[in-house]
Amino acid sequence: MKDFFLVDSRFSQQELPACKPMLTPGLVIMAFIFIGTIFIPIGLVSLFASESVVEIVDRYDKGCIPEKYGKHMVAFIQSKETNKTCLRTLTVPKLMKNPVYVYYQLDNFYQNHRRYVKSRNDKQLRSKAYASETSTCAPEATTANGSAIVPCGLIAWSLFNDTYGFSVKNKALEVSKKNIAWKSDQDSKFGSDVFPKNFQSGGLIGGAKLNSSKPLSEQEDLIVWMRTAALPTFRKLYGKIEVDLEANEKITVLIQNNYNTYGFEGKKKLVLSTTSWIGGKNDFLGIAYLTVGGLCLFLAINFVLVYVIHPRPLGDPSFLSWNRNPAGHCTYG
Amino acid sequence: MQGGRGIHFSQLYIFSYIQSFQDDHSQIGQKGYSRVVYCNDPDNPEALKLKYRGNCISTTKYTVFNFVPKSLFEQFRRVANIYFLVAACVSFSPLAPYRAGSIVLPLVVVIGATMVKEAVEDWRRRKQDIEANNRKVKVYGKDHTFHKTKWKNVRVGDLVRVEKDEFFPADLLLLSSSYDDGICYVETMNLDGETNLKVKRCLEATAALRDEFWKFKAIVRCEDPNEHLYSFIGNLYHENRQYPLSPHQILLRDSKLRNTEYIYGVVIFCDHDTKVMQNTIHPPSKRSKVERKMDKIIYFLFSVLVLISSIGSVLFGVQTKNDISGGRYKRWYLRPDSTTVFFDPRRASLASFCHFLTGLMLYGYLIPISLYVSIEIVKVLQTIFINQDKNMYYAVTEKPALARTSNLNEDLGQVHTILSDKTGTLTCNSMEFVKCSIAGTAYGRGVTEVEKAIKRRKKDGDPESVEASFDMEEHSGNITDSRKSIKGFNFRDERIMEGKWINELHAYVIQNFFRVLAICHTAIPDVNKESGEISYEAESPDEAAFVIAAREFGFEFYERTQTSISLHELDLKTGKKVARAYKLLHVLEFSSSRKRMSVIVRNEENQLLLLCKGADSVMFERLSEDGQIFEIETKDHISRYAAAGLRTLVIAYRELGEQEYAIWKEDLFEAKTSVSADRDTQVDAAADKIERDLILLGATAVEDKLQKGVPECIKNLSQAGVKIWVLTGDKMETAVNIGYACRLLREEMRQIVITLDTPDIIALEKQRDKEAIAKASRESVTMQIREGKSQVISSRQSCVSSALIIDGKSLIFALAENLESLFLELAIDCSSVICCRSSPKQKALVTRLVKKATGKTTLAIGDGANDVGMLQEADIGVGISGVEGMQAVMASDFAIGQFCFLERLLLVHGHWCYRRIAKMICYFFYKDITFGLTLFWFEAYASFSGQPAYNDWCMTFYNVFFTSLPVIALGIFDQDVSASLCLEYPLLYQEGLQNILFSWARILGWMFNGVISSGIIYFFITSSVIHQAFRRDGRVAEYEVLGVTLYTCVVWTVNCQMALTINYFTWIQHFFIWGCIIFWYIFLVIYGLLPPTLSTTAYQVLVEACASSPLYWLSTFFVVISALIPYFSYKAFQIRFCPMYHNKIQIARLKG
Repeated sequence: MKDFFLVDSRFSQQELPACKPMLTPGLVIMAFIFIGTIFIPIGLVSLFASESVVEIVDRYDKGCIPEKYGKHMVAFIQSKETNKTCLRTLTVPKLMKNPVYVYYQLDNFYQNHRRYVKSRNDKQLRSKAYASETSTCAPEATTANGSAIVPCGLIAWSLFNDTYGFSVKNKALEVSKKNIAWKSDQDSKFGSDVFPKNFQSGGLIGGAKLNSSKPLSEQEDLIVWMRTAALPTFRKLYGKIEVDLEANEKITVLIQNNYNTYGFEGKKKLVLSTTSWIGGKNDFLGIAYLTVGGLCLFLAINFVLVYVIHPRPLGDPSFLSWNRNPAGHCTYG
Repeated sequence: MQGGRGIHFSQLYIFSYIQSFQDDHSQIGQKGYSRVVYCNDPDNPEALKLKYRGNCISTTKYTVFNFVPKSLFEQFRRVANIYFLVAACVSFSPLAPYRAGSIVLPLVVVIGATMVKEAVEDWRRRKQDIEANNRKVKVYGKDHTFHKTKWKNVRVGDLVRVEKDEFFPADLLLLSSSYDDGICYVETMNLDGETNLKVKRCLEATAALRDEFWKFKAIVRCEDPNEHLYSFIGNLYHENRQYPLSPHQILLRDSKLRNTEYIYGVVIFCDHDTKVMQNTIHPPSKRSKVERKMDKIIYFLFSVLVLISSIGSVLFGVQTKNDISGGRYKRWYLRPDSTTVFFDPRRASLASFCHFLTGLMLYGYLIPISLYVSIEIVKVLQTIFINQDKNMYYAVTEKPALARTSNLNEDLGQVHTILSDKTGTLTCNSMEFVKCSIAGTAYGRGVTEVEKAIKRRKKDGDPESVEASFDMEEHSGNITDSRKSIKGFNFRDERIMEGKWINELHAYVIQNFFRVLAICHTAIPDVNKESGEISYEAESPDEAAFVIAAREFGFEFYERTQTSISLHELDLKTGKKVARAYKLLHVLEFSSSRKRMSVIVRNEENQLLLLCKGADSVMFERLSEDGQIFEIETKDHISRYAAAGLRTLVIAYRELGEQEYAIWKEDLFEAKTSVSADRDTQVDAAADKIERDLILLGATAVEDKLQKGVPECIKNLSQAGVKIWVLTGDKMETAVNIGYACRLLREEMRQIVITLDTPDIIALEKQRDKEAIAKASRESVTMQIREGKSQVISSRQSCVSSALIIDGKSLIFALAENLESLFLELAIDCSSVICCRSSPKQKALVTRLVKKATGKTTLAIGDGANDVGMLQEADIGVGISGVEGMQAVMASDFAIGQFCFLERLLLVHGHWCYRRIAKMICYFFYKDITFGLTLFWFEAYASFSGQPAYNDWCMTFYNVFFTSLPVIALGIFDQDVSASLCLEYPLLYQEGLQNILFSWARILGWMFNGVISSGIIYFFITSSVIHQAFRRDGRVAEYEVLGVTLYTCVVWTVNCQMALTINYFTWIQHFFIWGCIIFWYIFLVIYGLLPPTLSTTAYQVLVEACASSPLYWLSTFFVVISALIPYFSYKAFQIRFCPMYHNKIQIARLKG
């Protein structure tokens, strides 16, 4: 044959040196024990780290509604006349070392809704030159007279506008708003020459207003808000308290309860939390590690028992015979 | 070879001259036979009106202009591609959940790659076409001379001159040749692969045409272009006379002129009208079982896709509708008061429907676009490995195994029934002259394979000692017989070898016997000028064996002219070699109906001799009274030879009286020139008249040797549970003996014989009442089948396997409508079946029946043109590239050099390919479900709005970069056990036969595993990283971070799952699996460095947010391990408690 040549190599003959792992009982037991012994310490460490975090969560959406509005919460929040100031007292359960992070937590708020996520214009946010680029922002693209809104779109328009003022023993606690957004957002996604324009000037006011003399890259609240959350329940960083909070200290929080979560039956929570190396307080991972580790050890023990009680007779010649004889082939020569 | 002496071929060869003239000639001018060719007159206005095409061939599928539309059309005949096209179109609308580019690009890549492949293949064909079109041939021009003209400019009706060793530019009508009698020799290697020369001859009316061509004008009316290579019907109208034309006058394009100085011919068919072009229609494409099942899975997944899309849209519709309640907008931040149709709560049902389309695109990952491409790639590479296997390389013919199609690799692992030809497939088809019976004495001491098998059976003792005794015998034989072995001759008998036959009692008879062998044939000698050695080109290997035998006995045939045959022969009186020439008067050729062949020659003593050889069934009845002296002994020998699996022919001769000959010659002439419809019968009768009163000389026995390794191969294949049917044209005794020799039949088996060779039927046949015969036969066959069935049932209870042997006559009835199913039930219950005396058509019919009735994969294997139907009918056709030409190989899907390679092809490559493809497809669905369902879970938490969880390009590249290579490596390289173990434990093949690895349970199991994995990944990740700060600096995980974390887990999980799944780790697997995971991180870094306009949500995610978060790594590690544990535990338990066969082998191997 003309264009044919046989390559006699281990590759072409499919005889490459190969490792052929086989799930023997020994290997299985070893694997389970190995996973168990790795997982349990990790679980303990994670759980410990999570437990070391001190967290105060205060749900205030209901509590901040005066009793007479109990049944008309939406009316209350939408009204311009009502006094939305609300005073809450939090008790520090344990020493909270600085920095203490202040979050607001919203519930049942679909920041990941497709319409919502898409309703922004990255070009406009990034550069002054594209100020009139509002193509994906409808219905918050332009004002009634047709001039472009900066920043446009539903996300910016619905910016969270509750504010918190903290004080301990009548001494105000300073909340630092610096450095709460991702640096990459500040540097590359929000222009330092882009200033808010026509923002919240239409008939419907969604959320917070912006200081139009500050460039977007410095509006960290906006940047944090515009980085949309993944799930309908989410926390966002509000600021940092850079002093230690002693145990049993009473913190007074003065809340401007402006944001309408009542319309969609969402909750609002204020969260103060320290962090550890693993981040905030969440026992799930530690417990999960422990559970799965324990399960693996359990399986390993089971396998050991099965192997001891009922070893498979590998030397049995019938072992290598097919369990279902093909028809007509009872005996093989 | 040169120089005819005015004797015309038609007088010499009486049958081939007339055979093709059948009633068909009356059809000329009617539909299908309407072609008119104006010979040597292409500018005739009538001819121009016909507008036959020029000779510029184009075998390309596409032209420059239609390439794009036509190839696109081809592509979109696949349902899956249409789905993707629709999705791509919709992706430009606002319905799209992600950017259009990310769905269009993979489609463009997939379609583009296939189109490029098509284009390259077409370009190669085009180059060949150009080369062929520009070859030159001499064409007779208006200026009455021959001009060299390019092939493409040759027109129908042109008169051309073709020189020795040139190819014919088109289908030509042979007018004359350099030989006086107008014959020429052609080689048809390119057409059918046969290397022997074929003789063509022109009409006598045109044979003298050498010059003055301008005078020659004729018209040919003939059949329309068709694909039948061996038939041609037409008439030549020349000088007011009509001459019928046959295939003997037609020279086909792509064949070559040999041994002839030149020929003149007229172009009849050009370009695509030529027979060879008409033949290039591609055979029906076959699809493998696995692939057909895959289509079902795709439909299943499509229903799943529709289902989850509908669930999504219904829930989306409900949630959207809820946005407006009591005139109040609930989710005010979505501005439901001023929204598009897609999110409008007032038209929730319409929004819901639009969302359904979005959902179809979003969850499109459930239907893997890359699956088809990956499978194509994998199969092509698998075939390369099959072709490269040195254990299937046949050194003698220098032929490796050749997978001619890559579609059917995995079907090789599921073959349920093998239907095999015998001659040339189980046997070598290189005939060896082993024995002969002359004058009632049996000569030849060789022992055939069959005889060994028979003795082995009789001895019943342990086979090894028998084997040893045979070895001894052969060994001792070798010492005495250490001279060089001659191909085609394996005869050992000191009584008549080396010229000692002179001393035998019947030396005169022996002399005549060998003379017949040396003269009565159609072979052509080929003298090697340097060594003086003579080789022969014969029409069949049997004939070659006879001529060679004659040479070895001292009757060396060395020259054939048109009218004479010359021998060197041993003179009985002087004992010296003398040259003798015999004048050849007539050749009465062999045909399957005549079953004999004769020549009439005049020897130097001016005696007229008729030399004849033929089958015993027709010869004995033609013997004269005093020619039967040795009849009883010879008959006895013949039956013994047949029992030993040998092919026998009876040799006889007679002397003719001058007068008798003269009368007969006249009769023959009359018969030949008669114009009545029964001319054939008349010629037959004439031949019959002279072929009688023969004097018996003896019989020959030729062995068609079993191919090497056939018995072992068959034994292993039947151990693997594959059923083997042998379909052969041989006699029942021969077939049964061969069956024993190749261990298809074993002593302990119960034989069920169905035959119509029963006395009652024979008696009926003598009465020639066709209806009665048919009725009796049908009844007899029905009864025999019923009996057989009960026998099989009883023998199965006692655990004895059965074998069915049926002859061709019974087969006709058994395959008839009403008996069909009964017969198949019986046949399927038998482990081996032998159908003897079956015609090619029956072979194809049986194949189709088995395929249809069992619904399982059938494999047909054969080597000759008579097996083509069977090969094309079966699910897999395997051609043996042997002696009988290339037709079988051309019609096959796989070609191998020897039957025994079938064992490796099925048990090793078939098994591997099957499990590879099966595993690959299962895994493909697993990985796409794992990925696709994480999207769905995310949707559930995004009020089903259609927001994907991941970045657009990450999604696009999932099937391209992060998961594709390992699965392709699995498809190409994975082995459960090594090749030697596959062969050692043939039972392993049952995994494919019972379709264990691609059962619905297994496929759904893998899908379920995908569902579990996706669930674990999504819910564990969201539970562990969401809400709280996920880094020390207090920042939380948003949409971007969650997407990347989930994606990381998916990439890790599916790749680690791959590592758990495969049994075979070479550096390639390690490289691909771990490489893909590493590449994901590299990709993320690079992609994240691009400006945010390009990378959008992936901008610096890994570098800035994830990499420095211990939680990211810890949760990834946890989730990946947890997602693997269910499969791992299942696997561990399964191997422990109900191991599959390959697991058992692996364990056994491990224990040593």
